[in-house]
Amino acid sequence: MMSNASKIILIVDDEPNIVLALKYLMEDAGFVVHCCYDGETAIEMVTNLLPDLIILDVMMPGKDGYSVAKYIRNQSTLDKTAILFLTAKGTPQDKMEGYDSGAESYIVKPFDNDEIVTRVQEVLQILF
Amino acid sequence: MDAGIVILISLLYLILLFGIAIYGNKMSKAGQSIVNNPLVYSLSLAVYCTVWTYYGSVGRAAETGLGFVAVYLGPTIMAPIWYMVMRKMILISKQLRVTSIADFLSSRYGKSTFIGVITTIILVFGIIPYISIQLKAIGYSFDLITSQNSSNDFWDSSTFYKDKVNYFTILLAVFTILFGTRSLDPNERHEGLIAAIAFESIVKLIAFLAAGIFAVYFLYDGLADVFTQGAINPITSHLVTLKTNPASATNWFWVLVLSAVSVMFLPRQFHVSVVENNNVSFVRQASWLFPLYLFLISFFVLPIALAGKLSLPSGSEPDMFVLSLPLFHGYEWLALLVYIGGFSAAASMVVVSVISLSIMVSNNLLMPFLLKTRTAAIEGYALLSDRLLYIRRMVIIIILFLAYGFYKSVSSNFPLVSIGLISFTAILQLAPAVLGGMYWSRANKKGAISGLLAGFFIWFITLPIPTLAESGIISKSLLSDGYFSISWLRPYALFGLENVDHISNACIWSMIFNIGLFVVVSLLTTQDVDELAQGDIYVHIEKYSNTPDMEVIRREASVQKLKQLLIRYLGSSKARYLLKNFDGALSDKNADNASQEFINYIEKTLTGAFGSASAKLLLSTDIRRQSVTLEQLNELLNQTKDILEYSQALEEKTTELTKTTQELAAVNTQLKQLDVLKAEFISTVTHELRTPITSIRSFAQMMEKKEDLLPEQKKEFLGIILKECDRIKRLINQVLEVEKIDAEVDALGESSSIDSTVRLALSRLQPQIEEKNIDLSYQSSDSTIMVNLAEDKMLQVMLNLLSNALKFCDPQAGIIRVTLDRNYAENATYLKVYNNGQYISEEYHNKIFEKFTKVKDGNLAKPEGSGLGLYITRKFVEQAGGKVSFTSSENEGTTFILNLPIYNPFPGK
Repeated sequence: MMSNASKIILIVDDEPNIVLALKYLMEDAGFVVHCCYDGETAIEMVTNLLPDLIILDVMMPGKDGYSVAKYIRNQSTLDKTAILFLTAKGTPQDKMEGYDSGAESYIVKPFDNDEIVTRVQEVLQILF
Repeated sequence: MDAGIVILISLLYLILLFGIAIYGNKMSKAGQSIVNNPLVYSLSLAVYCTVWTYYGSVGRAAETGLGFVAVYLGPTIMAPIWYMVMRKMILISKQLRVTSIADFLSSRYGKSTFIGVITTIILVFGIIPYISIQLKAIGYSFDLITSQNSSNDFWDSSTFYKDKVNYFTILLAVFTILFGTRSLDPNERHEGLIAAIAFESIVKLIAFLAAGIFAVYFLYDGLADVFTQGAINPITSHLVTLKTNPASATNWFWVLVLSAVSVMFLPRQFHVSVVENNNVSFVRQASWLFPLYLFLISFFVLPIALAGKLSLPSGSEPDMFVLSLPLFHGYEWLALLVYIGGFSAAASMVVVSVISLSIMVSNNLLMPFLLKTRTAAIEGYALLSDRLLYIRRMVIIIILFLAYGFYKSVSSNFPLVSIGLISFTAILQLAPAVLGGMYWSRANKKGAISGLLAGFFIWFITLPIPTLAESGIISKSLLSDGYFSISWLRPYALFGLENVDHISNACIWSMIFNIGLFVVVSLLTTQDVDELAQGDIYVHIEKYSNTPDMEVIRREASVQKLKQLLIRYLGSSKARYLLKNFDGALSDKNADNASQEFINYIEKTLTGAFGSASAKLLLSTDIRRQSVTLEQLNELLNQTKDILEYSQALEEKTTELTKTTQELAAVNTQLKQLDVLKAEFISTVTHELRTPITSIRSFAQMMEKKEDLLPEQKKEFLGIILKECDRIKRLINQVLEVEKIDAEVDALGESSSIDSTVRLALSRLQPQIEEKNIDLSYQSSDSTIMVNLAEDKMLQVMLNLLSNALKFCDPQAGIIRVTLDRNYAENATYLKVYNNGQYISEEYHNKIFEKFTKVKDGNLAKPEGSGLGLYITRKFVEQAGGKVSFTSSENEGTTFILNLPIYNPFPGK
């Protein structure tokens, strides 16, 4: 099992307090964490950052989570980046749309701290 | 012109007419009727224009100038009334299968035989002189065109077999028999005849217009020239000026009335306009097409009269100007056309009049007597229909030779118009009984009989008898001495009425007695059951024509007997055909109890063929009628009226229901749309609630699970949790507020002071203002301004605007400026809230006042807030009748502007 320490995680959400909470949780789990608050910034950051996983909010002003996910899936350099959607939209259709746009996992707000950490670790293990 | 050619052309013309008639019948049988349109219908009405019109009106115009116009003005002025009366007459006649004006009256007054008899007699007496003038005109025009005046010729009117009018009469009789009595039709419809009549109407119009154009444009230089010359010449100058003379005004009035009545009730008019009518709606087009025809055919009357007087040798017969003008000036072929036009006018009048008279005489006069004879009872009226046709042919011949006799003895001495008016006055006698019968429920049989007899008697002694005296058949002393040598019984000045013409004299007295007796006797006597039932149909025909076979009195009969009845009277083949037509409607074929519909069908069929009175007699033995008293019948009639009213009410209710359903459907769609909006709203609200809960839950869980948290971290986490809790609280409050606003309609009658509300809001926000160290100022030009909004709402508006300003103003050196101004011109107030913060980008300009629109603030995170504040603000401001807007520019900050009308506690001022 690879160490979490080498894994880079990018958190994207327009709610500063949620970003803050996730940052605490992921750093606590040993990941290297970067944050941003909208889709446009996220797209700018991923190219250089090449994160192993991106926690992505769906409903954001400007570019939403689905567009960011599609952008990542179209970049060959980013084919190792896992996507985890984090959203308040919880209907089965929403989930389907999320997976269709290329997400590895999908978590509905409000989330359980342990669950989200476990889920992130699971996704990273399957991929690597 | 050679007499042989004229005779040949007349014969060829008749054969052509007959060909048209046969073609019309054939097309009608093939189901492609050529007469089933309003134009042909209107043209057939022009059978009104006889030789009297064709030749006579010129004669009258040559004597009295514009006097002739009344005969055409009558029907034209009466067109709206004609439309109403005709429509009703057609509906009644179709409902009851009435086939003549005599039957129309007989049926109305309890299917009375007697009414039928007297009406028929009046009409025969009235119409025979009228037919006689047609014969006269044919003979006279023939003489003129063949120049047969000298006695050494073959034709000699004093010897019977040498009189050509005699031969014309025979020709017309043959023609009429061929046209009208080919078969016995229960509806008395003759489509071929109507086609021929319509064709003749075109021919006579073209011929007369040709004569007019010839007179005006060939003999003179147009209308102006004719009239100018007419006015200069002393012989004619009186014709072109209108004189006001009380006697001629009375005459005008009565001629107007006579022509208006005749155009409806003359037997031939009744026949073409009612019996032969295909579609009631044609009456509407005819009500302007027919007057148009009359206008066209009378247009050249006065010019022709003037041209005749001016250019023909004196002593020329004015009645024949139309023909003598082209003849005299050497236009023989035009003269022949004019002659054919006149012949057309005469022939159509004679044929239709005699057919309708023969129907009346056979159905209303002879049938009732025939049915009472012993042979009829013994033979069971076998093959009555064949006998009826035979009777009709005889009647046609008799009527025509009576007319011929009248022509020989009387008409030859009188101008056409005066004889025509005598006939019209006879028709006038029917008017009270017919119109009263259609519009007055109380009109009854005894009243109608009294009026008819009195009117007919007065007519007889004031017009035909004195005419006989004038022509020398009876002593001329009658005219000067009066009946029984009593001076106030002088026929032309009855009861000492001097200074009126003969026609007015007859009209005035006959109408006084006719109408007077009709009304008085009707009021004084009662109706029997039959009269009441029939009267109800006539007066309230709408009730019956919408509900087929509406039965008031129940009747019973055996199906078998009714079938036998039909076979006996109409012959087996026709009866079988008629029964087959009805068969579909026979509800129960095995039952011998005839349905009301079947009884009605048999009765109508027989009425059509034999007249209502005869049909009643024929059926009397086989139909048992429920015996009802007058009171019961009255009650029944009222019930049917109730049923009718009820069904009308039901119909109204149905339309109302349909409308309500449509409205409900519309509301339903609207509700569905609202539902969708509501679902969206709820989904947005839950999303907005999940966001703070997510943070709260996550931080709370961290605090629970991790024992090693630093105290500052704990404090930070708790601070976040509290802040997010406030956010939820705010959101819930605003959602409730939005719900309330959406449900509210308006908030009139509430008011608050805008100045004190601004001050209250500022004091509430004082801690934040101080915390952020903001430069805030407030300027008020008028502290007394009141607005139409409750204080709590006004306060919320101010808090929303001010907290937005606080949130968005420059974080380092925030400036907020609040100003309150009054605009006297608009009677409104302007409140501006300025902050020096970020520019609000274009994309928000349309959405900022909508629900859940949040403007991105600053660099990173989105603003705190529900996105409902400005929506609530806008709603409140709109409730107060105001507007909210904003301006924003790159480096100059943003200003929100409230424009509110000033509250007026006394709206009237």
